Amino acid sequence: MSAIYKKEMRTYFTTPLGYVFIAVFLAVSGFVFAFSTFQTQTSDISGYFQLMIFGYIVIVPLLTMRSFAEERRTRTEQLLMTSPVSIPAMIMAKFLAAFTMFAGTVLLSCVYYLPLFRYSESGPNVGKAFGCLIAMLLLGMCFIAVGIFVSTLTESTVTASIGTMAILLLFVVAAIFNNLIDAYVIRAILSWISVYARYVNFTYGIFDIAAVVYYASITAVFLFLAVRVYERRRYA
Amino acid sequence: MIEINHLVKNYGSKFAVDDISFTVREGEIVGFLGPNGAGKSTTMNILTGYLSSTSGEAKVGGIDILENPDEAKKLIGFLPEQPPLYVDMTVQEYLNFVYDIKACRLNRERHLEEIRKVTKIDDVKNRLIRNLSKGYRQRVGIAQALVGNPPVIIFDEPTVGLDPKQIIEIRNLIRSLGKNHTVILSTHILSEVQSVCDRIVIINEGKIIADEKTENITQVVEDHRRYAVKIAGPQREVAAALRSIPGVLSVEVTGERELDSYVYRVEAEKGVDVRKPVFYAMAENNWPITGLETVGMNLEEVFTKIVDRSEGKK
Repeated sequence: MSAIYKKEMRTYFTTPLGYVFIAVFLAVSGFVFAFSTFQTQTSDISGYFQLMIFGYIVIVPLLTMRSFAEERRTRTEQLLMTSPVSIPAMIMAKFLAAFTMFAGTVLLSCVYYLPLFRYSESGPNVGKAFGCLIAMLLLGMCFIAVGIFVSTLTESTVTASIGTMAILLLFVVAAIFNNLIDAYVIRAILSWISVYARYVNFTYGIFDIAAVVYYASITAVFLFLAVRVYERRRYA
Repeated sequence: MIEINHLVKNYGSKFAVDDISFTVREGEIVGFLGPNGAGKSTTMNILTGYLSSTSGEAKVGGIDILENPDEAKKLIGFLPEQPPLYVDMTVQEYLNFVYDIKACRLNRERHLEEIRKVTKIDDVKNRLIRNLSKGYRQRVGIAQALVGNPPVIIFDEPTVGLDPKQIIEIRNLIRSLGKNHTVILSTHILSEVQSVCDRIVIINEGKIIADEKTENITQVVEDHRRYAVKIAGPQREVAAALRSIPGVLSVEVTGERELDSYVYRVEAEKGVDVRKPVFYAMAENNWPITGLETVGMNLEEVFTKIVDRSEGKK
């Protein structure tokens, strides 16, 4: 498993992909950050975190679109599948590599907070910022799992990235539709599956253990589905 | 070393592999021969754990590939039809990765260097696989299968796309691997199995139609022995004299000529060695024989015959 993890990490940096991801992430988040804080001269960062969820819809697929689609296209998956590595370990390794990239870049983007100390004596609310960062990582984890799953379905990286974007968009938008629906039952269901609502809670400074469990479960479900895709293909 | 029992793989109503059974002993080189789409790759993919079978079992070193895939896979080195190469890596990096993923325990530097030497890729070890020619890529693929020194090596069409010199090199390599490994290789090139393998398994439409020693398989369908004889002497009389020898079925004047000798194609009855009678008959007439060679049936002919025969039985 560590061999695949190391290989994935290397691939991110020996191909343009890793750099493109970091650049796009920093460009989008930088813009959103500047827009939501400097522009309005506030040190409140909840606006930034709320907007970023839309950025992830585009950014995260960059990270995951290749993971299995490319292996399948170039037939290198045959090497992985005939090596003494189990399917769950293979998927976990790729997931962890993508998550490492993501978490690393999120950490890198933390330098943004430094200038905020200009706007208020105490600077941004550090506790809240931590909460938001954790939420960001949880959300990223969940989105990456979706991306990994979609990537196992196709051998085209383009299809993988667009498919991932579509699912992520649905996830996020579900909550927005929510406000337009009168029927209580549907609203309850939609808000229950909504990634957005739970995320927003964090940005208000509420640390919600249930949300942590929720993101972890979504991640687990999609990784499990990815495992199933591989097993099914073997038995097809 | 390898045991395949009643292996079946079907996609819906299409049978890719239809009840195949065979065993491979340790140290044997077995050729898996068949036209495209016969089920060669499917069988190999099942054997290596890439696909699962619909029914039947495949065992490597006594370990069932479905029941205990991780253990069984440790015993196998596999070169798929398309070598599974990461083109963004250098040869060295790639082999290192394979070494890691196979959880190899041998001395890394020495083992990998040995493999690079054997497959003759040492001179390109620092180049990106992307920039390598087809022949080199194929050899990197072979090198990959050798990492960890697995007792069983499976090659799916190892010489496709190589130039004649490379083909010979690869064949020699496979032959030398056969000394310490059990090797299965698939191909649709008949001369390949003929020159490399101890045993040939012929497969067509998912079924085994022959499983014989390489020498035998030529004889299995060979009803007649044929010789090309070069004789210096008057063409007509020589032909007539040859025809009169008991056991000779037919004599064909090929029209080929070498100095004063003509080449005759002599077909003999099954089980009769006509070479000595031919010699004495010619000696009697003072027509020197300047050359005599056995014309065996090549595997192309054998193959078509076997396929025809098995189709005729249906």
